[in-house]
Amino acid sequence: MSAWIEACAADDIDEEDVIRFDHDGRTFAIYRSPDDEYFATDGLCTHEKIHLADGLVMDSIIECPKHNGRFNYKTGLAKGAPACVNLRTYPVKVDGGKVLLQIG
Amino acid sequence: MTRGMVIVGAGECGARAAVELREAGYAGPVWLIGAERHLPYERPPLSKDAMTVADIPSPKTVLDAERLATLNIRHLANTVVEAIDREAKQVVLSDGTALPYDKLLLATGNVPRRLPGAPHGNRVVYMRSFDDALAIRARLTGGAQVAIIGGGFIGLELAASARKRGASVTLIEVQPRILMRGVPEEVAGVVHAEHAYNGVNIRCGVGIERIDEGGGKVVVALAYGRAITADILIAGVGAVPVTALAESAGLTLDNGIAVDALLRTSDPDIFAAGDCCSFPLAVYGGRRVRLEAWRNAQEQGALAARNMLGANEAHAAVPWFWSDQYGLSLHIAGLADEGRYIARRDLGDDAFILFHIADDGRLVAASGIGPGNAVARDVRLAEMLIAKGARPAVNDLVSPEVKLKSLLAA
Repeated sequence: MSAWIEACAADDIDEEDVIRFDHDGRTFAIYRSPDDEYFATDGLCTHEKIHLADGLVMDSIIECPKHNGRFNYKTGLAKGAPACVNLRTYPVKVDGGKVLLQIG
Repeated sequence: MTRGMVIVGAGECGARAAVELREAGYAGPVWLIGAERHLPYERPPLSKDAMTVADIPSPKTVLDAERLATLNIRHLANTVVEAIDREAKQVVLSDGTALPYDKLLLATGNVPRRLPGAPHGNRVVYMRSFDDALAIRARLTGGAQVAIIGGGFIGLELAASARKRGASVTLIEVQPRILMRGVPEEVAGVVHAEHAYNGVNIRCGVGIERIDEGGGKVVVALAYGRAITADILIAGVGAVPVTALAESAGLTLDNGIAVDALLRTSDPDIFAAGDCCSFPLAVYGGRRVRLEAWRNAQEQGALAARNMLGANEAHAAVPWFWSDQYGLSLHIAGLADEGRYIARRDLGDDAFILFHIADDGRLVAASGIGPGNAVARDVRLAEMLIAKGARPAVNDLVSPEVKLKSLLAA
């Protein structure tokens, strides 16, 4: 098991929103769902490598800001054209007001 | 031969329609017919990355051979549809083959408008296809002198790409400013300044007297006596919908192939979608428009496919497009000319959005520009507000601390 990486404070992210987190040359997107759970995926859209953190979160969907590719950020599942390849997801936990990612 | 669904035009729109037919459960034959030699590919990168990446680019396919096979979509490349026989419900291909259809979709796109009076040499070029892009790219070498006529998106994106490759660029626009069509002056001003900063010589409001080619150069004589000499002249002066096939089949035309809200032409078995068609835009009370945008091509392709299968679903989307130049990105939702008043929201880092508001208080369009995708999310939310016919308070629109998403819930 790889280590947990501290990414941000839990209240850095609004409900039903997303932020970008860069670590060790990689980029991630961290989400806070409307029911106040946290999730993380790769930061770039699988279609054209656009930063998803500039996109819109609606319920459990993140939409790419450029081409409107949609993914379920809880599962990483691509929801149809132009996004055909699923997003990789990462385990997230909140501990002492901090959001931690296991990005192994 | 079994009747099936025939799609003429294998661009973004046609390809999307073919996929949607399968995703909607259609099991019969699907034919996707394209005049180009390539698999269906994306056009947006042609004026941008395809010009600037280090290696000779290959088209970014929308559908690769494997996916076409998986979906059992029969793609015919290098194939021109010569005629539609509406009586027999079949199309006739360039090799004489007749393909019978149950429903037919015309996704024929558009072609660059030719520059009036331009010489027919090989130094006056136009941009539409991947092969056009390769030809232009080969000329954009360091030190090359490039003239561009037309301060629209194609001209500006190519100007930015040419500068990145080290060419010197003069851009000529006969209108008083760049981006006259569809982009408000304040936003166009930011784009203009960015081009000037990056060394593009922009001349607006100048007439063109004559264009001559010879001695390995092309010379654009301007109305007030000066002349621009260049190695290559790129003409980005708008596009013309491809309607010849529809016209010879007797379909109704009106600034493109005229379709109704279901994207049906005047023949109920023939649909049209994307750049080639004009359609009633429900969000503005049925105003007839023709859009030349990537997302519209996608959405209409998918909608036409569903309606070919009997979904009976009216077009309801709000127009939306973007453009990337240098580090800037511009996003526009709706048609700004529907607005009477403008409210400005500043997002920081020089990013801002103009909200266009109609007389009755409805938000009808939003035009944003900023570094990266800084305005993308808010313009997307504005698009959803526009679709709802929302009348947000101007105070809320101009205050960046008021989240647009909260207005959507209201």
